[in-house]
Amino acid sequence: MPLQTITLHINGENRPTTVRASDTLLYALRGRLGLTGSKPGCLNGDCGACTVNVDGWPMKSCLMLAVEAVGKKVTTIEGLHDSPIQQAFVKEFAFQCGYCTPGFIMNCHSLLEQHPDADDQTIKEWLESNICRCTSYIEIEKAVKAVMRGE
Amino acid sequence: MAGKEDFQIVLPFDFDYYLPKNLKEAVELYRYLDQQGKQPMFFSGGTELITLGRIDLAYTEAVIDIKEIAECQMIQFSDHQLLIGSAVTLTQLEEANPFPLLTSVSSEVADHTARGKITLGGNICAQIFYREAVLPFLLADSELIIAGPEGLKTIQINEIFQEQLRLKKGELLVQTSTDKRFIEAPFYAVKRRQQWDTGYPLITLAALKMGQELRVAISGLCPFPFRSPEVETYLNRWGQAAETRVDNALSALPKPILEDVEGSADYRLFVLRHLLVDALSALERAGA
Ligand SMILES: Cc1cc2nc3c(=O)[nH]c(=O)nc-3n(C[C@H](O)[C@H](O)[C@H](O)COP(=O)(O)OP(=O)(O)OC[C@H]3O[C@@H](n4cnc5c(N)ncnc54)[C@H](O)[C@@H]3O)c2cc1C
Ligand code: FES
Ligand code: FES
Repeated sequence: MPLQTITLHINGENRPTTVRASDTLLYALRGRLGLTGSKPGCLNGDCGACTVNVDGWPMKSCLMLAVEAVGKKVTTIEGLHDSPIQQAFVKEFAFQCGYCTPGFIMNCHSLLEQHPDADDQTIKEWLESNICRCTSYIEIEKAVKAVMRGE
Repeated sequence: MAGKEDFQIVLPFDFDYYLPKNLKEAVELYRYLDQQGKQPMFFSGGTELITLGRIDLAYTEAVIDIKEIAECQMIQFSDHQLLIGSAVTLTQLEEANPFPLLTSVSSEVADHTARGKITLGGNICAQIFYREAVLPFLLADSELIIAGPEGLKTIQINEIFQEQLRLKKGELLVQTSTDKRFIEAPFYAVKRRQQWDTGYPLITLAALKMGQELRVAISGLCPFPFRSPEVETYLNRWGQAAETRVDNALSALPKPILEDVEGSADYRLFVLRHLLVDALSALERAGA
């Protein structure tokens, strides 16, 4: 099928984007828009490296077609600028190689947006959507809680 | 601009994408595209096509996305029925929590972020053998509202869900309709995984007690989720010891029992035995 041009609302801007209907949002972001902060990992919905925020909720961008994002607000890691959760990740040493970090940050950012008073059980449930092969989840959890406490 | 690695992240085939605004349009599109030889596919959360398509286990030339159809998007109590649209995501169901047993079972599917994409109807109609979200509806004798070329029909889930949802070509699951009495009934739900809370489930057991009658539905034991009248008959012989009832129930299970990397058949039966004993003791006095 021919390419089609759709308008994606990304990081506060309308971006005309030429895609195939079968392109995933992850591919459109990286391959068509040059937003390479969302990482390809498993491409199967398992690892969370590709997580972005769609209308306030976390979304694995490898599980969504670009055409499904029309009319929705997409935020990628490039759309966060020195946000509290980014600062907390640095302060708490919540990453090592950093490959999983944009996905974790976008998930944590959505959690703070949806459940700013989340209990431990909710934090755990949300964080389990992302996999990190380097560091422990303790630092990441600490970073989320530091933001919750307004530090 | 595309990096080298990005070539692996596209689906290896093209399709047309349709976003019908109502049921009639969706059903007609299906019929038309099928006549054109496009192998059309309804698309709800779409995770099956996106993940299996990448490894050549799913294919279509025409995707019919049902997310914009109002009937497929609603969660609503009307009279004594709870209606849930097939395109409602599992996360929406957890957040709204209209059916606690469903929340409890579905919140174990995949992971939290993925459940924001996976939908109720998609899980019930999926190829994968787990399909845990169907269990509460089997227990509650829910009705399914189905749209097809002849219009809408309502059918009891236990009639049409036999190992899988027996939809005819071009039929679309619109909603589930569940009587409030079942939603308020005492329940027990538990999932055992091979490794502690990671990876796919080994077995999920959902149980519900209506008056003195215990009902159980199981996923991850056989290559399909099920509820079995024979199993329930044995479990409901309340005069007998729990272990006896469970052993008799185990002898009446459907076949085959799964045997795979997640666990051998014997291990699955061992796990199920414990889950059933726990369910009996948890619900022994409930609803009396
Ligand atoms: C990371 C990850 C983890 C997973 N873990 C689990 C798990 O623990 N348990 C489990 O059961 N599954 C699991 N799956 C598989 C996934 O649940 C199924 O692929 C999913 O349930 C499908 O939901 P969906 O809304 O994306 O459906 P879709 O992909 O949209 O549809 C699935 C199938 O049903 C058909 N269909 C969809 N809606 C309708 C409808 N309304 N009427 C008629 N036909 C319809 C589609 O044509 C397609 O064939 C997992 C998937 C991923 C990506
Ligand atoms: S790349 Fe999307 S979840 Fe792994
Ligand atoms: S920091 Fe390396 S994978 Fe998480």
